Amino acid sequence: MKKISWLLIILLFAGTVSAQDKYFTKTGKINFDATSPGSPEQVEGIHKSTLCVLDTKTGNLQFSVTMKGFEFERALMQEHFNENYIESDQFPKSEFKGQISNNSSISYATNGEYPVSVKGKLTMHGITKDVEANGKLVVKNGKIAATSVFTVQLADYKIAIPGLVADKVSKSAKIVVNCLLDPLPAK
Amino acid sequence: MKKKIHFAAALLILLFSFKVKAQETEDLLSLVDSGSTSNTYIKSAFKSTRVINGHSMEFLSPGTMDFRILHRFGQLDQGYKNFFGLDQASMRMGFDFGLYRNLMIGVGRSTFKKELDGYFKYAPVMQSTGNNSFPMTIAIAAGITMNTSPWADPTINNYFSSRLAYYYQLILGRKFSERFTLQLTPTMVHTNLVVLHTQPNDVFALGAGARLKLTKRIALTGDYFHLFNGIEQAVNYHPLSIGVDIETGGHVFQLHFSNATGMNERAFINETTTRWGKGEIRFGFNLSRVFQLKKKQKTDS
Repeated sequence: MKKISWLLIILLFAGTVSAQDKYFTKTGKINFDATSPGSPEQVEGIHKSTLCVLDTKTGNLQFSVTMKGFEFERALMQEHFNENYIESDQFPKSEFKGQISNNSSISYATNGEYPVSVKGKLTMHGITKDVEANGKLVVKNGKIAATSVFTVQLADYKIAIPGLVADKVSKSAKIVVNCLLDPLPAK
Repeated sequence: MKKKIHFAAALLILLFSFKVKAQETEDLLSLVDSGSTSNTYIKSAFKSTRVINGHSMEFLSPGTMDFRILHRFGQLDQGYKNFFGLDQASMRMGFDFGLYRNLMIGVGRSTFKKELDGYFKYAPVMQSTGNNSFPMTIAIAAGITMNTSPWADPTINNYFSSRLAYYYQLILGRKFSERFTLQLTPTMVHTNLVVLHTQPNDVFALGAGARLKLTKRIALTGDYFHLFNGIEQAVNYHPLSIGVDIETGGHVFQLHFSNATGMNERAFINETTTRWGKGEIRFGFNLSRVFQLKKKQKTDS
């Protein structure tokens, strides 16, 4: 009986200890490029304070960005992005919640490069869609660098590109994710 | 028996602890998202830095220049012989510069009285959301105008200062929602030399400007100044303008009807000589094109 109680206590602790399996960042980078081929100006923005949390035990991976945090080279483009396309006042955040499909094949304890494939739901402009992307995890000295490049169709998220700007703004956006994750301290 | 109960309890707790963990993974983001948002200043309260005639609470982004071409046509009631006023046009060309997020300057020249004008607009407090939010924008605008047309009577001793007039304005504005913005602009115009001795040198007015956003790219706007003094019976009137802002991507068109012809504060506050009631309104437009002069640091990927 005593043995079982000990087991219980250990199990309970195990539950709390698992928080250290999580990695996070608050300064992840997300880039998007929606430049039409042949456009005279680059339609691209960068976000430098992306939230990202990875649970190495389950392979759960989540991202969150505030849309107003995207920075553009041209102020007017940034204004149009927020006002006319992504409608940041109405839809202030974009989130991705997904899972690493091949999580079991990654050994987070050893340094190395691991190709990953991630599946999940991307919410943007108030619309949630399934997305699948390939990326790379680089484990180095207790930190994880997560990178991925994928493309979304803007029409899927009901972001309309008027004909007048079609020569500049593409109907799809290439999204580049670049996050360096630190271990999440246990509470 | 006792052992069995303990075993079951252990199992239950085990299951429970897993369940708690499962919920934890459901929202990983809440582990790092403190929920607090940093201060962000409200943007796009108005589509342009002018409501129609008067200054708006909106500022140009730093490093940009706004090239503005303004036209005011003749009176609509002139009918077909003057093509409803379109045959006559008075214009102003202006260059506005955004220096900081809360400071901008501008210069312009109007055909009416060949008048040059320059101003600055500064907001010590801006409407913002976040932890230290503030509900409204408080800005001041001050400008000077210079009449450069030839002296009415070159034979007398004319002073340079007689060409000048000044205006001071307080802008109190709030973007109430994504769709609706309202601002009040108490204004004082000082004219160094007035035409008639009955006219005051200092004219006080209260302006009101509003915007109602209809679609992503189209908004209704209204702009009114109520004069408290300097209104001469059958000579001048309170300027009222009602218009539509249309944004096309690179340009903003502000199409409107107004009884004012002036395109700087002195001119439209002091010299609005026609009224809405008698069909003496005019069509006019402001065309705004914003250029990025100073690029932000190149985005790195």
